[in-house]
Amino acid sequence: MSELTISRRGLLAGSALLLASTALPTIGFAQTPKKGGRLVLAADSKPRNLNPAIVASNGVFFISSKIVETLAEASFDGKDGLEPRLALSWEGAADGLSVTFKLRDGVKWHDGKPFTSADVAFSALQIWKPLQNLGRTVFKDLEAVDTPDELTAVFKFAKPTPFQLIRNALPALSSVVPKHIYENGKIEDNPANNAPVGTGPFKFAEYKAGQYYRLTRNDAYWGKDEPYLDEIVYQVLPDRTSAAAALEAEEIQLAAFSAVPLADLDRISKVPGLKVITKGYEGLTYQLVVEINHRRKELADLKVRQAIAHAIDKDFVVKTIFLGYAATATGPVPKNDPQFYTADVPTYPFDVAKANALLDEAGYKRADDGKRFALKLLPAPYFNETKQFGDYLRQALAAIGIDAEIVNNDSAAHIKAVYTDHAFDLAVGPPVFRGDPAISTTILVQSGIPDGVPFSNQGGYKNAELDALIVKASETLDTAARTELYKEFQKKIAADLPLINVAEWSFISVARDTVGNIANNPRWAVSNWADTYLAG
Amino acid sequence: MTRALILLRRRLVGSVFVLLIVVIGSFLLLEAAPGDAVDAYIVSTGGDAGMIELLRHRWGLDQSEFTRLANYLWALMHLDLGQSVTFSRPIREIILERLPTTLILMGSATALSFGLGSALGIYAGARPGSFRDRSLSIGSLALYAVPGFWLGLVLIVVFAVDLRWLPIGGIETIASGKTGFSRAADIATHLVLPVSALGFIYLALYLRMMRAGMAEAWRQDFVLATRARGLSRRRIVLAHVARNALLPLVTMLGLQSAQMLGGSVVIESVFAVPGLGRLAQEAVAGRDTPLLLGIILVSAVLVVVINLLVDLAYAVLDPRVGAGEASA
Repeated sequence: MSELTISRRGLLAGSALLLASTALPTIGFAQTPKKGGRLVLAADSKPRNLNPAIVASNGVFFISSKIVETLAEASFDGKDGLEPRLALSWEGAADGLSVTFKLRDGVKWHDGKPFTSADVAFSALQIWKPLQNLGRTVFKDLEAVDTPDELTAVFKFAKPTPFQLIRNALPALSSVVPKHIYENGKIEDNPANNAPVGTGPFKFAEYKAGQYYRLTRNDAYWGKDEPYLDEIVYQVLPDRTSAAAALEAEEIQLAAFSAVPLADLDRISKVPGLKVITKGYEGLTYQLVVEINHRRKELADLKVRQAIAHAIDKDFVVKTIFLGYAATATGPVPKNDPQFYTADVPTYPFDVAKANALLDEAGYKRADDGKRFALKLLPAPYFNETKQFGDYLRQALAAIGIDAEIVNNDSAAHIKAVYTDHAFDLAVGPPVFRGDPAISTTILVQSGIPDGVPFSNQGGYKNAELDALIVKASETLDTAARTELYKEFQKKIAADLPLINVAEWSFISVARDTVGNIANNPRWAVSNWADTYLAG
Repeated sequence: MTRALILLRRRLVGSVFVLLIVVIGSFLLLEAAPGDAVDAYIVSTGGDAGMIELLRHRWGLDQSEFTRLANYLWALMHLDLGQSVTFSRPIREIILERLPTTLILMGSATALSFGLGSALGIYAGARPGSFRDRSLSIGSLALYAVPGFWLGLVLIVVFAVDLRWLPIGGIETIASGKTGFSRAADIATHLVLPVSALGFIYLALYLRMMRAGMAEAWRQDFVLATRARGLSRRRIVLAHVARNALLPLVTMLGLQSAQMLGGSVVIESVFAVPGLGRLAQEAVAGRDTPLLLGIILVSAVLVVVINLLVDLAYAVLDPRVGAGEASA
């Protein structure tokens, strides 16, 4: 392969390749990043909106996090797992009623105007709180943002709000957009939603429908010597098999967010010049969960839910469906979470005999045809793995005499069937853990959520004790006490099984080995890439 | 020429009704699909009840089906295709951006399959039953049996990944700054693989039709007559046998244009070509009813126009066509 490259691209390219390959062993050490170059990577379809302040989702961040920055970013070794971006420091008041941010000096928007605390106040009050998908929950009690000077923003809450929650929410929920661009007209219709203006290391350059997004270097970026790249190009490759081919053909240098299917990884890891990277997504953990409709009489019985939990071979799921690129789960907080996870919960080892015994005990004896009862199983279609797990679960249930009929839908139909119509008995869902259980995890089991809210408890589960615990944790200001309550939360869920957590996984990147500083923070794919560079 | 005009007038009147039925039918079908644009949207964002209500209101989804259909038809009468909810842009703009790509792709693929198919068909049909006839028939059938996406992937692996002669996908080199001729050449290079993948599949149809028509024509009396008149074999094959077999192919060309639009959905995805097919796929997944209706409408117009052209060509090729209507 490399011989072919040399003959095709001429001696110059060939010697560059040689240089890159001899430089390889040193890449692990502190290699001086090289300046310049265009990084081309695979993207799937277009996100509808590129404003991360309105839509806090990975699809939007993937592109916009390079343009629009947050107050802080996740970090492997920073204090509380954070490192400063637009904010230099953050301090919570003891009464939980205010948080003070000291902002970075000398930061400019891409149009040259200075970044100030007014922008932060505007973004928080006008966008995060009323409009943002996640902010509407986390910042619901935000009352005012005081700006005593241009570099200080003080968030005032109407009710005591745990500082730990605000801190954990910073990497995903605190994208700051320019007030002077958004203050006139309707925020949702602002043209900057499709051509964002930010403070980030890259500027939005152009979008060609269905073809690519191009970002160019922000020469006035606040980071010293950063960014290293001249350009980032997101090439739209809707077909997942073509991402792998494009990497091999050297048309792209990076495929993040598992654009290369798991089944191809083994082969592609053997291609010279390509590397498979599993790091850099620790902060974006997806959970493979069996959602349960507790309105079904059989499923309202704890013994039946325990039987289902015992019938699932989690190790098999991790090895066969995820090909090892996942971990088994014990409860609603993933094992890789540094703050909240506890292993001290009831577990359900794979045991078909025990599962059968539990079902007999519950009074659901096998009929003459060997079946106890039938139910409808709806695997979410968003990932290959959720669909495959649906097939596996059907077999696992058959082994304990439960006859599951699989109902396949596309995304929109699945969302409606499960979360609005409740037309399911079991569903397979991939909720995301976002660094704090209060952001998007507690609503998976909390009662009283209106119909139609996606990724929430729509299974009719109601547990007053658990609800009380969730409310208490949301009001507990002391970090240690709050963490302890969420450990209790995990125990209660594992014991009562409102849903069954099976596995946890995240994404995989495949890159040319010339791409440097990959995966150096837990949300790398959705971070600003100021220090990413191309060697050789 | 009057024959053609009458044909044109008749067709245009009929077309309006066809298009109306297509629009209403598609609207109802899409309404019957579970989930709406908001359901499709919140898959990637999540959100609470208030946000969902807000979105439904902003996108007009809180109105009844009847009101929305009536509004759509009313706007359509003013030649307004409406606003896409997934792209938040005027639909006319989005479609016009994608239409040329699809037309180039479809046009080239049709030309390839029709041109090469009928040429090979003539070659095979010149001696029905011969070795070259049989091997061509089997070869083309094998191609026809291959799924389009798979053929596309094989072409990618061979010509883009292994040999690296051609680009892997897209319609032109990203931000190359090329203009004029060099840009056209760049686009042509990018089109080679998708056009081949799309064209080769339909090639078999034309080949087999041409060949079958010729095999039948050989048995007819007028061929015997031409032989008796002592015409050269070459002239008999091209001017008499092949010309008579050509008419059904032209009909097929019209019918295939609709098929080709459908087939291009897959090919556009595999080769990352930003055309109408992929747009339609995104519109369905996003439950973007007005956008999908717009695409269907444009495609329907396209098919109607192509068929009209085919009919006109038919009238030119075969003096018998439309003769009755003209005299009536």
